[in-house]
Amino acid sequence: MFAPHTQSEIEEMLKSIGVKSVSDLFVDIPDRYRYPSLNLPDAMTEMEIMAEMDYLAQSNDSTKNLVCFLGAGAYNHFIPAAVNAIIQRGEFFTAYTPYQPEISQGTLQAIFEYQSLISSLTGMDISNASHYDGATASAEAVIMAYHNFRGKRSKVILSPSIHPQYRQVIRTYTQGYNNFYLVGDHDGTADPFNNPFDLVPLIDQNTALVLLQYPDFLGRIFDFSSIVTKAHESGALVAIICNPIALGILHPPGDYGADIAVGEGQPLGLSLSFGGPYLGFFATKRELVRKISGRLVGETIDNDGKRAYVLTLTAREQHIRREKATSNICTNQGLMALASTVYMCLLGKQGLKQVANLCFQKAHFAAQKINSLPGFSVCSSAPFFNEFVVCCPQPVDEINAQLLEKGIIGGYNLEKDFPGLKNNMLIAVTEMNSREEIDLLCHALEEITHG
Amino acid sequence: MVEPTIYELSSPGRQGVRLPECDVPTTELPAELVRNDLPFPELSEVDVVRHFTRLSHLNYAIDLGMYPLGSCTMKYNPRVNEEAARLPGFLHSHPLQPIETIQGNLEIMFLLQEWLKEISGFAGVSLQPAAGAQGELVGVLITRAYHNMRGDYKRNKIIIPDSAHGTNPATSSMSGFDVINVSTTSEGNVDIDALRLLCDETTAGIMLTNPNTLGLFEQNVLEVVDVVHKAGGLVYGDGANLNALLGIVRPGDLGFDIMHFNLHKTFSTPHGGGGPGCGPVGVANHLTAFLPGPIVCISEEGNNEIPPQFGFVMPEYSIGRIKSFYGHFGMMVRAFTYIAMHGKNGLPKVAEYAVLNANYLLSKIKHVYKLAYDRICMHEFVVQGCWENVPEIRALDIAKRLMDYNLHPPTNYFPLIVHEALMIEPTETESKQSLDMYADALLRIAEEAKSNPEILKSAPHHTPVRRLDEVKAARDLVLCCWQPDNF
Repeated sequence: MFAPHTQSEIEEMLKSIGVKSVSDLFVDIPDRYRYPSLNLPDAMTEMEIMAEMDYLAQSNDSTKNLVCFLGAGAYNHFIPAAVNAIIQRGEFFTAYTPYQPEISQGTLQAIFEYQSLISSLTGMDISNASHYDGATASAEAVIMAYHNFRGKRSKVILSPSIHPQYRQVIRTYTQGYNNFYLVGDHDGTADPFNNPFDLVPLIDQNTALVLLQYPDFLGRIFDFSSIVTKAHESGALVAIICNPIALGILHPPGDYGADIAVGEGQPLGLSLSFGGPYLGFFATKRELVRKISGRLVGETIDNDGKRAYVLTLTAREQHIRREKATSNICTNQGLMALASTVYMCLLGKQGLKQVANLCFQKAHFAAQKINSLPGFSVCSSAPFFNEFVVCCPQPVDEINAQLLEKGIIGGYNLEKDFPGLKNNMLIAVTEMNSREEIDLLCHALEEITHG
Repeated sequence: MVEPTIYELSSPGRQGVRLPECDVPTTELPAELVRNDLPFPELSEVDVVRHFTRLSHLNYAIDLGMYPLGSCTMKYNPRVNEEAARLPGFLHSHPLQPIETIQGNLEIMFLLQEWLKEISGFAGVSLQPAAGAQGELVGVLITRAYHNMRGDYKRNKIIIPDSAHGTNPATSSMSGFDVINVSTTSEGNVDIDALRLLCDETTAGIMLTNPNTLGLFEQNVLEVVDVVHKAGGLVYGDGANLNALLGIVRPGDLGFDIMHFNLHKTFSTPHGGGGPGCGPVGVANHLTAFLPGPIVCISEEGNNEIPPQFGFVMPEYSIGRIKSFYGHFGMMVRAFTYIAMHGKNGLPKVAEYAVLNANYLLSKIKHVYKLAYDRICMHEFVVQGCWENVPEIRALDIAKRLMDYNLHPPTNYFPLIVHEALMIEPTETESKQSLDMYADALLRIAEEAKSNPEILKSAPHHTPVRRLDEVKAARDLVLCCWQPDNF
């Protein structure tokens, strides 16, 4: 209980209000429904609940006690201590959305710096203050494209190698939009190994958006310049979902001429935390700024001429425009954006390149070693970043069950999303995986299939 | 002192974290894939920690004092929640790990689903939505799916009271519905006669916030529910104001079909300077099959010796997935901790003290600040921040002047139906002393409004920055740090 009331204070307060008891304050509530009996446990003290939470946390295994080669949209990267030290400051995490700028400059300047870093990282002109995650940021890109053409272009082309969960979220978000079609991935059944350039013939004058992923769900990297050119020739927009760590060394979406860059910000210093809270980043070209959804922080001055920051272009948002707003988004991921800002500042120009390079090198070393194991082969010849698909000699779930016995979380079983991809495992390698761990994985795979 | 930006603090060659050398043979990255330059600042760890610590000092926060933003439920965020959510077994678990390695996580999610059902009187809960607005989107998409499943395609209208949060109409139009407004009576209730006239075979449902944004419990709630149900529509409850009802009344019992929860309001998870939130959705029995998923189920019943095994299930007619993975798990751990610490007897106390605090603060100021609707309020109330004898003073001036007293202003200019609205929600975690201090400040400001209006018009005076030029921000539109020439 965190209410500080003493009995004598309660009595004084009731007297000031002019009622006899607290229950007199609830007279508007229909009598027969008042004070239901709740089938809930009795209250626990802090000491008791922490013992319970310790027990529950310890009944999990995690990337702390297991070796992890699992990615598929959430990645085990190193998080410098200063990141969590900053986001655990009460001045940040117990503040509200900075609607009162005079007493929220800390949050506002941090978001402004976040916007700057995301713009630099993606090679785009501007960034918003965040979305919920990579999947919902992608869905917002689709909706922005729809509104950009005032609903007159009804086709969105989804690459089949976009994360399956992202494509599912896009379908959920757009089910209320009439005359709006999602094509390219055959309702999720298309082979994700298809070449993304096969999407080009689908682009026409009715296309609002082409949505691509980079590296894609299978880890592959393509130069999307020619798709962007084709899309722009038809007047369509292009959005690229990107892995922010990969952008430490790879061309950013801006270099390919993309109109929108979105992605999952979790790799930028956010804990895995069983899938959330994460961070959706959203960057675009300057000319599309008024179409963007979510919050924007802008620089201005105060009455004394001092530099200061404030939420701006709020006329796009739901609390002003109501049913005509660009999105219903209100609360977003402020604290996660702060965490990623601290992370990007700590790594800086050189550090992010180094992390990206370590991921790239270790993944390539692992891929070569696994490819040389009898029965295993790396399935694609396309360049990749830190994830790659391995064709295994037996079902992935069987292999993973045995890897787990050896203290290893194996890769993602692609058959879960793509029934055609039997025995295909998506392996992720990050800077956290030492050479010993990669050797351990290879030995284990060899033992499992030939033991 | 203006705090420099990270780009201004940058010094070429610095790096805040060192990384290990590469311990594997290297592969050449194809040159055509490599980006030219990464225009990031270069800072030491000390630079970074000091910069963000200095920035933190420019913020007001619950940890510093009362933060009575109406409809935002800025209650104290218990530290035990943070410690629980940061236990390594939770913090470092990957969302796609084998199911047998994450039974602790699933048990928490399962129990939280059960507890939220019990608290709200609903039959099913999905924890997946990321925030209140996303919970609303889920609720309205469920409404749509329900009518479509029944072949009832004519229902294209959602009725929304004029006192509603902006997210309600925004969500409805995002989901393909037309928005129809219903007015509020002079008692602060939905105009039931107007509602009757609006309801017909095209009504998909109503989005009702109860208590409403005036802080008043809807006195005709049973009638409203009945009118909408008789027309074939569903009743959606915006759970933003659930703090007033915890353990006092269950929306499901009142006939609501759908409601979202705001774990970051009612259940004490922090607001984080604008998120992350967490907006689970509860539904009545006839709608459980439409919930977004996956949701947690018991996959194998336990017995005296073996605990149950938890797994995931996708509801049969699910509207689909609304987010990656399962939602904001870290927020679920915090809310779980909070509910467990209150238990069945503690939760009603939360609502009672929240309502007591609001009524007490109101009793201290209502002789000076005009109350829009003079009734017993619930967890919040709305007064008018203006006086006829000092016409130049507006609610905004009062809000800004409160900052000079080291207090956070209330929500202002909302709800839209109250002229110069100040919407005040103290929450249950404020003591009588802090309420008295807030009331004193409001009364002194009312005096100042008469004796020295200029001090309000030019407020705040003692904050890190003064009133801002918001027009310049929108006109010049500087959304990124200026980068020195060497970038």
